[in-house]
Amino acid sequence: MTALRPDLAAIAAAVPHGARVLDVGCGDGALLAALRAEKGVDGRGIELSGANVAAAVARGLSVVQGDADTDLGDYPTAAFDVAILSDTLQAMRAPDVVLTELVRIARTAVVAFPNFGHWSVRFSMLFSGQAPRTKLFPYEWYESPNIHYLTVHDFETLVTRQGFKIERRYFLAGSRRVTLFPNLMAEVAVFLVGK
Amino acid sequence: MPTDLRFGLDRRVILSDPLHLESGARLARVEVGYETYGTLDPDGGNAILICHALTGNQHVAGADPRTGRPGWWERMVGPGKPIDPARHFIVAANVLGGCSGSSGPASIDPATGRPYGMTFPVITVRDMVRAQAALLDHLGVATLAAVVGGSMGGMQALDWAVAYPQRVRAVVAIATAARHSAQNIAYHEVGRQAIMADPNWRGGDYRIDAPPVAGLAVARMAAHITYLSEAGLTAKFGRRLQDRDAVSFGFDADFQVESYLRHQGLSFVERFDANSYLYITRATDYFDLAAPHDGRLAAAFANTATRFAIVAFDSDWLYPTAEARRIVRALNAANARVSFVELASPHGHDAFLLDSPDLNRVVDGFLRAGE
Repeated sequence: MTALRPDLAAIAAAVPHGARVLDVGCGDGALLAALRAEKGVDGRGIELSGANVAAAVARGLSVVQGDADTDLGDYPTAAFDVAILSDTLQAMRAPDVVLTELVRIARTAVVAFPNFGHWSVRFSMLFSGQAPRTKLFPYEWYESPNIHYLTVHDFETLVTRQGFKIERRYFLAGSRRVTLFPNLMAEVAVFLVGK
Repeated sequence: MPTDLRFGLDRRVILSDPLHLESGARLARVEVGYETYGTLDPDGGNAILICHALTGNQHVAGADPRTGRPGWWERMVGPGKPIDPARHFIVAANVLGGCSGSSGPASIDPATGRPYGMTFPVITVRDMVRAQAALLDHLGVATLAAVVGGSMGGMQALDWAVAYPQRVRAVVAIATAARHSAQNIAYHEVGRQAIMADPNWRGGDYRIDAPPVAGLAVARMAAHITYLSEAGLTAKFGRRLQDRDAVSFGFDADFQVESYLRHQGLSFVERFDANSYLYITRATDYFDLAAPHDGRLAAAFANTATRFAIVAFDSDWLYPTAEARRIVRALNAANARVSFVELASPHGHDAFLLDSPDLNRVVDGFLRAGE
């Protein structure tokens, strides 16, 4: 597979061959294109940025310009095997609603997000007394697209509260897998969530 | 190999069968003016139908032999373009009701030997599509790799997927809608009333040497405003005066924008038939793909296997992005493979006809994905 980001590679590994896949916030379609080439998936995407959509469609992908906060309701129930939400949950206005929609639309939701509980974030905040700026969260607070900060624990709590099941989870720091103390040590968490 | 006279520039055919129209009327003798570019693959898999807009014609990528004007979509269709005669067999036909070679109100009614005028039956977008399907039968094209169109051409492209889902593998619908809005109908009605208020119109039986050019020009002027954006008009003309330093305190074309619109109106009447304008605007007003399904647009596309690319322009207020999104929502609900993008342009509805590298990139990628 063409050098996918480690979190995208972890997501791709969770997608079965020939699956019907919806990638929510698919960017320029890099993940969908890789999934199409390597796993023969029937892929669709939603993306906010027109430039990204144009790039994705120019790759021959079926991608619509839209907003996951408002447009997921358009998709029929159980239309997909897998719905992917990568590096996007923290930018949603209503992440709980989005998660519910993903689980309605697809048998399995694959949700990957940067872990706000990572030690570097905690140290940054503790010692600077300012909104954290780290490798994971590089933005100034006033220009960050991230409007909901969540940790591994927070996400697990939400899944439980919604009555969904965590089927699998992976934690990453760089390209390394993390197994111990993920809420402290994981930079990126990847969850497979089902009903 | 002997030249097949069905293929090439500026062709005409009289359809072998009568056309049964949506209104219930029947047109016994239907002529279609069309052009083809490129060569049909032996397996027939490379055919693309281009559908033209309200006042367009079949001369999409070659000069109009009557006016000498270049093809109206040479930015999209031609060598090295997204729709390329080197790869595709391209068909473009004048719509039913038109005045560029296809049967319309200016054609001779075989029953009377005189022009139909207002006795020509009212036609719909579906009727246009059926005439195109009959043309493809004549050309030996069973299925289309794609149907591509902007504006009213986009309506035909969408309607192709509804009327002949098995014959269309992909649809590219640009700057268009799945229905005419009240505002769309209203503007068309202004144009029609301008034509019918012209004393030369004479109930549609105008003399060939005295057509209702004043009414048709006003219709075109009103419509032309809807093809541009306010920002585009401001940038192009602002309040600048035409060949003068001060206003004339009269009703000459003081402003450049007035002069421009008058020119648009006058040049239009040289190439378009007033009655055709009435019939074709009526056809688009009647267009509503959801109507047979109690307003549920998704039902029109149920079980479609066709791929769709829907493109809107952010400054298009004639067929605004909201209408494109309505189509996309319906296609998503129908589980269709759909792509949608809103492109940025200052040029309003006309953007689809102008230079748009993004549009070309999207159409090219979308078409190649199906090849």
